[in-house]
Amino acid sequence: MTKKVLESELFIMLLFAGAVLTMPLWLAPIGAGYPDLMQKFAIFGLFAIGYNVLFGLTGYLSFGHAAFLGVGSYAAVWSFKLLSMNVLPAIFFSMIFSGIFAYMIGFVSLRRSGIYFSILTLAFAQMSYNLAYSVLTPITNGETGLQLTLNDPRILDAASSNGGALPSPTLFGLKMSGFEGFYFCAVLLIIGFFIALKISRSPFGLVLKGIKSNQTRMKFTGFNTRPYLITAFVISGMYAGLAGSLMAVTDPLAGAERMQWTASGEVVLMTILGGVGTLVGPVLGAGIIKYFENIFSAFNDRSLHEVLAFLPDGMENIVVTLVRPFVGEGWHLTLGVLFMLVIIFLPGGIMQGIDRIFGKSKKKKAAEAAAATARMGEEQHG
Amino acid sequence: MAEAEENTVLHIADIHKSFGGLHALSDVDLQVKEGTTHAIIGPNGAGKSTLLNVVIGRLIPDTGAVVFDGEVITGKTPHEINQAGVARVFQTPEIFSDLTVFDNVIVPILSKRDGSYKFNPMAKLSAQKEAHDEAMKLIADFGLKADDPSGSLSRGDKRRLELAMCLSQHPRLLLLDEPTAGMSRHDTNSTIELLKKIKEGGMTKVIIEHDMHVVFSLADRISVLAEGRIIADGTPEEVKANPVVQEAYLGG
Repeated sequence: MTKKVLESELFIMLLFAGAVLTMPLWLAPIGAGYPDLMQKFAIFGLFAIGYNVLFGLTGYLSFGHAAFLGVGSYAAVWSFKLLSMNVLPAIFFSMIFSGIFAYMIGFVSLRRSGIYFSILTLAFAQMSYNLAYSVLTPITNGETGLQLTLNDPRILDAASSNGGALPSPTLFGLKMSGFEGFYFCAVLLIIGFFIALKISRSPFGLVLKGIKSNQTRMKFTGFNTRPYLITAFVISGMYAGLAGSLMAVTDPLAGAERMQWTASGEVVLMTILGGVGTLVGPVLGAGIIKYFENIFSAFNDRSLHEVLAFLPDGMENIVVTLVRPFVGEGWHLTLGVLFMLVIIFLPGGIMQGIDRIFGKSKKKKAAEAAAATARMGEEQHG
Repeated sequence: MAEAEENTVLHIADIHKSFGGLHALSDVDLQVKEGTTHAIIGPNGAGKSTLLNVVIGRLIPDTGAVVFDGEVITGKTPHEINQAGVARVFQTPEIFSDLTVFDNVIVPILSKRDGSYKFNPMAKLSAQKEAHDEAMKLIADFGLKADDPSGSLSRGDKRRLELAMCLSQHPRLLLLDEPTAGMSRHDTNSTIELLKKIKEGGMTKVIIEHDMHVVFSLADRISVLAEGRIIADGTPEEVKANPVVQEAYLGG
C-alpha cells in the first residue's frame, strides 16, 4: 500500500514540485540560492530530462543535442526581434523549429544504431555549429552572435521599445529576471518533468524501453521501431529547444558556441552522472554539474586561503597547493574525478546510490544492471 | 512452382537462397496445412534456420516466394509479417531481459491491439485493463511470476516466457526454432505437453527440432532438409520408413 502511494504520479509530482519551488530555501546554505544559478539548474534540468527521453528510454546515445539547444536559442531571439518581447511566442517557435530540425537529423541518423548513430548525430551537430559560424551568418550573425537591436521591427509590440534602451523579455509585462525568471523556468521544469513521467509510464514509453532492451524482438513482435525512435528523438529535441529558448529568455543573445560538441557532451555527462533512465537522475546530474561549474570555478588563491585560514600557516599553504588544481579554472578536474568515482562505484548514477541508501530492492537492481551490462556487450558485437 | 493445395496456410514456393557460393536453400517447396504441426528436421547446416529467417522476413530469398494466407509476404518487413499473424520463438530466447516478466508479456499484447505504431504518451500503462488481465492470466498459465526481472530467469523459464509472449498475440502461424534445446528431460516433457495443448486450439505450427522424441510426439507432418534440399516429406511413419532419410539423418 505505502509502495503504491510512493509510486503514484500525484505523490511524485508533489514531491518534485515542492523541492523545485523551495530551491531558494534549501540551496541558500550551500551558496547556490541565487536566481541566476537556480535558473541554470532548471534550464539544464529540462535539457537533461528531454535528453533522457531518448537516451534513457531507447538507449540511443546522441552526441548532437546541443544543435537543438542552439536552434532553440536562435529561434527565440528571432522571435524577440521580429514579433514581440513576450516569452511565450519565443518558446513556441523554439520548440517548433527545434522539433523540425530534430526530425530532419533524426530521420537520417536513425538509419543506424549504436556507435554509428552517435557519430552521425555528432557530425550533424558539428556541421550546424560550423554553418552557424560561416554560411548562415545572415541568420546567426556569426561570431558576434545574434543580439537584439533598437532597429528590430518587433511587429507585435513595437511601442514597448522606448527610451533608447534595449527591451528585455517579459511575460505579459512581467520581467524575466531575478526570482521571476527563476520561477518561470521552475514551472516549465515541473511541467517538463510531468510530461516525461507520463511518457515513461505510458504504453508508448514501454515500447521505447522494449527497443532499448531488444530491438530485434520488437521488430518480430510487430512494432515498426523506426517511427518510435524518430518520435522520441523529436520529443527530446523539442525539450532541448525549450531549454535553448529559456537561455535566450535569461539573456537575449544566441551564439554558435551553444551548438558545440562540448555542450552535447555535457548533457550526456549530466544524464549519466544522475542516472540514465531514471526520472529525477538527469535533473540531479544537471544541478550538480552546474553547481560545480559555478561554485568551484569561483575559488581562487585568496578565497582558498580565507576558507582554510583556520589551519596552521605551513599546513595551510600545503593544503592550498594541493587543492588549487581542483578549483578555479581546474574545476573540470573535480568534475572528472567525481564522474569517474560515480561510474566506477555506481554505474547507475547518483540515483543508484540513493536507491542503495534506502535499500530499495537491491537484488532486483543488481540483476537489472547485470542484464544491462550483458546487453551492452552484445550490442558491441551486433 | 507447385500450386497451393487446399487449406494451405503457409506456402514456401521454390525458394532459393545462397550466400556467396554456398547454396543454403535450393528449390525448397513446402506447404503447411491449417491447424497442423509441421516439423522440419535435418542435420546441422541443412538450412533449417535460414528457411525460418526467410519466412519471417529476416532474409530475402534469391528466387521464389513465401505465401502466407494467400498473400505473398516475401520482401515485407518483419513487423509487417508479424502483424499479418506470424510469430517466432528463437533458438536462443529473444526476450526483453531488462524488463519484468509482466512487461515482456504485455508488449506483444499491445502490438496486437495497437498495430505497428501508436503514439499514446499520455495514456497510463497501468490503466490498460484488458491487456493487463490477459497478460496476468498468461503469466499464471505458464507458471511465471509477473514481477520477476526476466534477465535472471533460468534458461528454461526464458524459453517459456518467449513462448508466452508469442502466444499472447494469438498468431495464426507459430514458428518454433528448437524450442526444447538445452532443456532437461523434465522441462522438455512439460514443453511438449504445453505445445500439445496449443495444438488443440487449432494454431498452425512449424517446428524445427533435433530431438526426435519431441518431433514424433508433436508432428503431423515432417519435412527432412539436407544440404538445402527437401529430401523427404510425409507423415511421421512415412519419414521414419524412408531409406534416404535413414541414411542422411537418422543414422540407419
